[in-house]
Amino acid sequence: MSNLVAQHPVLVVAVIKIAVLMFLLLTALAYLTWFERKVVAHIQSRWGPYRAGPHGLLQPLADGLKFLFKEDVTPSGADRFVYYLAPFLTLSLSLTAIALIPFGPGEFKLFGQRTSLGIANLNIGLLFLFAITSLGVYGVALAGWSSNSKYPLLGGLRSSAQMVSYELALTMSVVGVLLLAGSFNLREIIAAQQGFLWGWLPRWNIFASPMPQVIGFSCFFTAAIAETNRLPFDLPEAEGELVAGFHTEYASFKFAMFFMGEYASMITVSCLATILFFGGWLSPFPQIGALAWMRYLPTALLAAGSAWLVWDGIRYETLLGKIVLPVLGVVLAGLAVLIALPGANDFIQGPFWFLAKVFIFLFIYVWVRGTLPRFRYDQLMAVGWKLLLPASLANIVLTSFAIVVGKR
Amino acid sequence: MSLELVLFFVLAAMAIGGAVSLILQRHPIHSALSLIVVMVALAGLYLLLGAEFIAAVQIIVYAGAIMVLFVFVIMLLNAGVEARTNVSRMARYVGLPLGFFLTVELAYWIAGGAGRQAPVSAGPTPTRELARMLFREFVFPFELTSILILIAILGAVVLAKKET
Amino acid sequence: MVPISYYLVLSAILFGLGVVAFIFKRNIITIFMSIELMLNAVNLTFVAFSRALGKLDGQVFVFFVIVVAAAEAAVGLAIILLIARNQQSLNIERVNLLKL
Repeated sequence: MSNLVAQHPVLVVAVIKIAVLMFLLLTALAYLTWFERKVVAHIQSRWGPYRAGPHGLLQPLADGLKFLFKEDVTPSGADRFVYYLAPFLTLSLSLTAIALIPFGPGEFKLFGQRTSLGIANLNIGLLFLFAITSLGVYGVALAGWSSNSKYPLLGGLRSSAQMVSYELALTMSVVGVLLLAGSFNLREIIAAQQGFLWGWLPRWNIFASPMPQVIGFSCFFTAAIAETNRLPFDLPEAEGELVAGFHTEYASFKFAMFFMGEYASMITVSCLATILFFGGWLSPFPQIGALAWMRYLPTALLAAGSAWLVWDGIRYETLLGKIVLPVLGVVLAGLAVLIALPGANDFIQGPFWFLAKVFIFLFIYVWVRGTLPRFRYDQLMAVGWKLLLPASLANIVLTSFAIVVGKR
Repeated sequence: MSLELVLFFVLAAMAIGGAVSLILQRHPIHSALSLIVVMVALAGLYLLLGAEFIAAVQIIVYAGAIMVLFVFVIMLLNAGVEARTNVSRMARYVGLPLGFFLTVELAYWIAGGAGRQAPVSAGPTPTRELARMLFREFVFPFELTSILILIAILGAVVLAKKET
Repeated sequence: MVPISYYLVLSAILFGLGVVAFIFKRNIITIFMSIELMLNAVNLTFVAFSRALGKLDGQVFVFFVIVVAAAEAAVGLAIILLIARNQQSLNIERVNLLKL
């Protein structure tokens, strides 16, 4: 085995990158729940989590501890193997999908190996991403079946029908992008979106020249929300009618695994929307002299954030907040200085724009959840089959026509 | 052993284990899960053979759509454990040896025929080449399959429709 | 490099297991699944030969096989639904209306 490792130093680098990404991702997942609760609370004129730590910043930790210490109940008559398999499948598949996402154009050296940001760079990256998400149905369907209980079974049945129907629209809506880019490789898809129309409009696929992928994007994002079982398409877990749908019988850490899987796939979908339609890590501003200061935008944002944290921390009610928030602010200020340094500044541009766009999509996810009511089941099927699928097929036809006519 | 050979044996063991488990499991859901394991293992083998596109399609269509349909139907019909009926004596005493014999014979002849065939070592198949082939040389069969699918959809709808 | 014959032997074993499952299983859905297993085994042969001969025809054929399998699954499962509705059972031995 050590021989294998010595022959393939790439493996070592990959393992290290996976470990780092895993740590960052799990932290991001925890704080995504905090972010969602805060935003939904503010949409509904509430304060959201406020007790555990300043501004509820320790809430994810408290939640995690609670999940760990809850009693782990297995319903009688449950199919034990499948019952344990389902949450594991959900979480591991949605974490695997992140491995295919490239986070930036830069390369760096690790143990003498040049590697890029992102774990795997496949020729057919996009197809593999869809392959992994298409397996995600099993987690939900099997959880519903194995619980040996009627509400979960109904949730599982609904979810398998829903996810299979929307997967079709999801895959079809992306074909327009593939036609424009001519590749399945996510890095090449981003590279194909470089440049500006008329000097100011970025040539991202959503504004692309022969045929803007507006229809494709709307279909993609709607179908993706349905694929991740989020409101307004969260019928598999509709708490009003099915108690909690497929995870009614799950408690403790197994429930937490479903929870984390859902949020991880939210992040994947946001990354995918960024890459496919919004130019990935490409900056929305043209590289001209008048906009050269844009490279210090990340620094400026971080500095502003740190100033606000310090100011807010001093006025905060509790002693813990008075200490923690200014310290966080100082850390952010240090980061701001660090990424203003010439070498780091170039490296940070790609990831900054990428993460900024991903953050916007995550916000839209939460925003939609806070705004729209749940669909009825027949409405859901009608949207999937009678609206999204024909629209995405029409998008394919229109895009291919536009490309052929544009080439002439 | 090279990394490739190790991977091959791991995936082959997964595939055979899944297939055996398909036979031994008594509940249809467990059989379906075993079959999914076989399919994922086969997708891995296709990757080893450099057929990237086919590997992805194998997972998307087979494991992600067809098997979901199977699982869906099993859940919908609430199928229970398979009834342990009296397996006909023919099947037990003739079928099993015959299946075994068929396997050995197939393996012998196929492997014997191709044993001298040196594998063409090349990188992964470019998907572009596959697409060119599909839409130039095989465009007629491709169009025919679309008609086939349309008919299948119609057939499924007509068959599964509840009589009122 | 893995010799092509390894793949072919594996494919033969899988096909044989598919045949055995087809003969021994009693549940209609499982029997249908064993047909899928046999199709998969054949697909492996196609891809292996496509690699061995350096031609893409095998892979194109696998693509068609997968498409046909999808169509077959749609119709087949609809038929199974009907059988289950009429017979109240998924046991293949109960489907004996044509038997004297």
